[in-house]
Amino acid sequence: MNEHAEPQERGQQKRPEMRVRPTAPIVPPSNVSGNALMCVIAIMAFLACLTFGAVSMVRATAASWQSEISRELTIQIKPDDNLDMEAALNDARDLALTFAGTRDGQIIDREATARLLEPWLGEGLDLDELPVPRLVVVTIDERNPPDFAAMRQALAEKIPQAFLDDHRTWVNRLVAMAETTALIGTGVLILVFSAMVLTVVFATRGALSGNRHIIEVLHFVGAEAGFVATEFQKHFLKISLKGSFAGGTLAALVFAIAGYWQGRSLATPQSDQATALFGTFSVGAGGYLGIAATMIVIALLTTLTARFTVMRTIFEIDRIRSDPARTDGLPET
Amino acid sequence: MGLDFVPSASLPEKVRGTRIDENRIAPLIHFENVGLRYGMGPEVLRDLTFDIPRRSFQFLTGPSGAGKSTLLRLLFLSLQPTRGLIRTFDRNIATIPREELPMLRRRIGIVFQDFRLLEHLTTYENVALPLRVRGKDELSYRADVIDLLKWVGLGERINVLPPVLSGGEKQRAAIARALIDRPELLLADEPTGNVDPPMARRLLSLFLELNRLGTAVVIATHDLSLMDQVDARRMILSQGRLDIYE
Ligand SMILES: Nc1ncnc2c1ncn2[C@@H]1O[C@H](COP(=O)(O)OP(=O)(O)OP(=O)(O)O)[C@@H](O)[C@H]1O
Ligand SMILES: [Mg+2]
Repeated sequence: MNEHAEPQERGQQKRPEMRVRPTAPIVPPSNVSGNALMCVIAIMAFLACLTFGAVSMVRATAASWQSEISRELTIQIKPDDNLDMEAALNDARDLALTFAGTRDGQIIDREATARLLEPWLGEGLDLDELPVPRLVVVTIDERNPPDFAAMRQALAEKIPQAFLDDHRTWVNRLVAMAETTALIGTGVLILVFSAMVLTVVFATRGALSGNRHIIEVLHFVGAEAGFVATEFQKHFLKISLKGSFAGGTLAALVFAIAGYWQGRSLATPQSDQATALFGTFSVGAGGYLGIAATMIVIALLTTLTARFTVMRTIFEIDRIRSDPARTDGLPET
Repeated sequence: MGLDFVPSASLPEKVRGTRIDENRIAPLIHFENVGLRYGMGPEVLRDLTFDIPRRSFQFLTGPSGAGKSTLLRLLFLSLQPTRGLIRTFDRNIATIPREELPMLRRRIGIVFQDFRLLEHLTTYENVALPLRVRGKDELSYRADVIDLLKWVGLGERINVLPPVLSGGEKQRAAIARALIDRPELLLADEPTGNVDPPMARRLLSLFLELNRLGTAVVIATHDLSLMDQVDARRMILSQGRLDIYE
């Protein structure tokens, strides 16, 4: 009888052709708390990326203050009646260039000197009438600086009127200032990142708390903890990628627009001021890499939190098992 | 739909196939002097000693608050006894590590009193869930699930979400979910609680059919008329003690 029943049944099955929708994900794809989490992640990603870009910019500027000024030394020669200024300048430059670690020497000529003094002494200056010191600017290899003491000594012997300024006092102050600035920047970055970590962790846990019944049902129909955790992880990875991508892209856009604006108005006094203070708005490849890294960190954070929270929920469900004193969350059998 | 008209051959192959019993002699479950109290409360269950034999069919009954649900929790491994010994599938459950629990639960089907269907999944997806969490490929079980849904009379409700189902339909979906992986033991808590007598009879014949195919069944109920329909073993709980009428 079976043999007759089988083909007939198959035939019946074929005709209506049972259609089922493509299998829905085990974790409901979108709900209010999921959307809220996405918003929180987007905002935190935006703030973190913005801070990261700004801090790296400030640090770069601080570093450039320091390196630009320590890239040079100046030799100042005071005029004296029995001194041939031009010859002394040449001598000083040649002498400086004999030291290892120097690269190039440039004598500030009369016109340039006059221009330098213009703000203080006014136009139409005749340098010959005034005892104006003259300068030689020597660029040096900052990583391998010359022996300043020896140079000073040699100069003093050859040209007593010469005075070597290695900018050390300035450099030291600027280094200190740059270091403080960088430190403050790092502190702000740490604070913002901590806030981001905490917010993302708690928002993820909040979004998960509405799903306890799903975890329970999955567990009771025989799912292993790892399986349940992976399902939730996938879901939260999607949410966090969307959120952090939105936030990160927005931050990158802000930097790109700021850089563009600065490039366009480079000649205006305002932008020169801004440039002097903050450096250029270009965050560079490093900045964009940092934004990408922030996005990855957020994604990791969300998925790990989801995994950890699910595992712990299952652990709690199982602990009820070994401890009848704990009766919260028992299945309603 | 009268299940009497459904030839057992129409049960999906996967559901019918029998497992190889590791040990035919040992009962599925063995209780020895089991006692349980919640927290500091009185002992809800006292000195229970009984077996659930393989392929057996029994009702678990008793007045409200007697501890039926508690006993089912013990059988489902979601509670440990305060004292005594429980052997499930010939293993002492006190020494089973957490990681192995899912593997043992896969051999037990449970019908929760409140169904516990996932609201965002269709009837089909809910019933297929146990297979899905076992990592099976959807194509390998789709036909079986649809066959089982037809068998419990939900052939027309395959693509419907639980909120749309009637109480009896939910109940049958929950039962189908418990049966889909052909458990060795089926636990049902008040499975006829929210249905009218004709539907209760239909569900009962479903359980009997399943039992005929080799699954041990425990039905907790206090519906006397339901129990009167079958001449089956009765386990009666009262004041923490268990009396068994074969
Ligand atoms: N989670 C719990 N925490 C504390 N006490 C509980 C808990 N669950 C049940 N009890 C107590 O254990 C006893 C048995 O409860 P149980 O739910 O097993 O009874 P039942 O036989 O299923 O009753 P009903 O027929 O009403 O469903 C009751 O006195 C109840 O108050
Ligand atoms: Mg109960």
